[in-house]
Amino acid sequence: MATEKRTASEKADFKRELTDVVPHLRAFARGLCGRADMADDLVQETLLKAWAAQERFQPGTSMRAWTFVILRNAYLTDMRRNRFRGEYDETVAERVLTAPAGQEEPIHLSDMHRALLTLPPERREALLLVGAGGFSYEEAATICDCAVGTIKSRVGRARAALNTMLADGSIPKRSIGDDAAHRAILEELDDVASGQGARRN
Amino acid sequence: MTSDKHTKAPRKTVGGEPAHPGAADKSQDPDWANGLRRLYDSVVEEPLPDSFQDLLDQLDSKA
Repeated sequence: MATEKRTASEKADFKRELTDVVPHLRAFARGLCGRADMADDLVQETLLKAWAAQERFQPGTSMRAWTFVILRNAYLTDMRRNRFRGEYDETVAERVLTAPAGQEEPIHLSDMHRALLTLPPERREALLLVGAGGFSYEEAATICDCAVGTIKSRVGRARAALNTMLADGSIPKRSIGDDAAHRAILEELDDVASGQGARRN
Repeated sequence: MTSDKHTKAPRKTVGGEPAHPGAADKSQDPDWANGLRRLYDSVVEEPLPDSFQDLLDQLDSKA
């Protein structure tokens, strides 16, 4: 049934829903790869793939969750091809660095973002989905194609790591810019990618 | 299951209250958790470059 030809109005709905979700795709991509230009490239790639796969989208289900799966898989593939060097975009961070009213010692969003980028990708995405994107553990597990317990554990580890970094101020200057860190991340990615495949079905 | 992870870092968060060991639910989120959402929301609220709409229109016209 998912492969049936769509009616014109279903196609129009798809396009509208896909359009609506673009800002969220940008936010997720920015969190994942850290650079605005690369993140937007990733979103473009995601839109192309989503469009090509539109007959597999089940109307009435979450477009955001569906497209996040596509974006995530595109990111993992690109990461493994070494497209993202993980350079931290200082100018973007400065621009979003806004102190909330009435808070004495605001957490700098640039620190926040840099700390986030030091996390292994699987923990970073888990924290982004649950802590920033507002997905439930169950939804995040579906997006990452893993068990709910795995997501909980990843989020827990990510939170513990950020707690330590933000409390100590021990955030590495360049997140994954140095070779050792980058290699470690790629090794983890190999595990992620080989363990659960790059596709949803 | 993951609660032991949190007990390792009962440090103070940057902005104020101490992080609670076992702070897994929303009510006990450390201050930076709000920053994480703001980081995400700040991108969501950015004006959207035309390139995205252009791409979708282009794809749509090809169909």
